[in-house]
Amino acid sequence: MERKHLLTTKELTRSEIEAVLDRAAEIEAEGLHGASRDFLLGLMFFEPSTRTRLSFEAAAKRLGGDVVDLGALEASSVEKGETLADSVRVLEGYADALVLRHPREGAARMATEFIDIPLINGGDGAGHHPSQTLLDLYTIRKHVGLDGLSIGILGDLKYGRTVHSLAAALTNFDVTQHFISPESLRLPRDVRFDLHETGASVKEHTEMDDVIPLLDVLYVTRIQRERFPDENEYRAVAGEYSIDASTLEAAKDDLIVLHPLPRVDEIDPAIDDSPRAKYFEQSHNGVPVRMALLDLLLGGEDR
Amino acid sequence: MSEHELRVSKIRNGTVIDHVSGGQSLNVLAILGIDGTEGSVLSIAMNVPSGRLGRKDILKIEGRELNQDEVDVLSLIAPEATINIIRDFEVVEKSRVERPHRVRGILSCPNHNCITQSGEPVRSDFEVLDDGVRCLYCGTIVREHLAQHLLE
Ligand SMILES: [Zn+2]
Repeated sequence: MERKHLLTTKELTRSEIEAVLDRAAEIEAEGLHGASRDFLLGLMFFEPSTRTRLSFEAAAKRLGGDVVDLGALEASSVEKGETLADSVRVLEGYADALVLRHPREGAARMATEFIDIPLINGGDGAGHHPSQTLLDLYTIRKHVGLDGLSIGILGDLKYGRTVHSLAAALTNFDVTQHFISPESLRLPRDVRFDLHETGASVKEHTEMDDVIPLLDVLYVTRIQRERFPDENEYRAVAGEYSIDASTLEAAKDDLIVLHPLPRVDEIDPAIDDSPRAKYFEQSHNGVPVRMALLDLLLGGEDR
Repeated sequence: MSEHELRVSKIRNGTVIDHVSGGQSLNVLAILGIDGTEGSVLSIAMNVPSGRLGRKDILKIEGRELNQDEVDVLSLIAPEATINIIRDFEVVEKSRVERPHRVRGILSCPNHNCITQSGEPVRSDFEVLDDGVRCLYCGTIVREHLAQHLLE
């Protein structure tokens, strides 16, 4: 991989995406071994995210490396008012690469201005979450390929960084994207602008009934309570944009359902056993995909 | 404009900004941080008929020569403007504004959750689009009221 950092999926080309997915497939075929690399990965999580952190930790260790988890330390230095710029400069000395999760948009990009080691954006506010997108794409490719598809993306499209990253990445493929959300949570202007600029095939909907039969993939995201002024409004919206067996009756036979997890009640657990439900597998795919990403960013070719 | 009008508003030293899109001159003043309390002579003509723009504004600012940063931002709201630097009643420098590709450290990002808004040691950095600007950190696009986002 030519690039040093992974900040957004907007910067990724189709061939770079495919390189990661291909490497992940090799690693998975080799039983999550297949590389032995001595490195230390710094995990800087300024926001709780056990899942992403553990997934990176598992990936690093399976690849032969180890992690220093700076989470607890960082929570204390944030309270003391240390800038992110200072934190990353200090922590650069402890690790060969960093993963940064931060509540503010643009944090990852800014961090790279202060360090010389590779950095992976592990989520910046409502901005981007590119490693999640790579595992989403890996899961989609495995089941339905990545071209000639209709993909529905449902839920909180305004604040959902996994949505923003996925939408940008999908513009590299022959995919029609259907965005389904309440009006108040539609895609932000800058994401719509980027999709428009790439000439992507994009449709926005406020109701899902007419869309479901068109889809090969339904990507569900959580609508959070705090996005709504009152509980009743939240309950009404959350109910309308949730999935159960009856929602999927009109769907194609091979529609798959994905979710970045954790879910609350936007997917009825009754469909967990359906062959459509791929969200747990999707979550497991985080390990080979992050192994591939680390392997390539740390110099996969010259091993 | 007639000769007579030009004569009454001539300035000795300063800047004449011509061909500002009609009605934008108050925003130009905001960009330059001029609110009239400086006490220097300032003449503004608004919505003057103009072949090129339909209507244009003209500003004459006594005692102030614009620097490059100011011209860059000016270009965002008055892309057709011409800048005349005046010394001792003579035009010593005449230039069109050029739209920059990036403006650094001049505008502040309106997204309160942007990393540039959190006390980090970083300058704001905007890419210039055809019809607005875009924060290179958080991606926020600003199309309206650019003058309200000028850094102090
Ligand atoms: Zn910003």
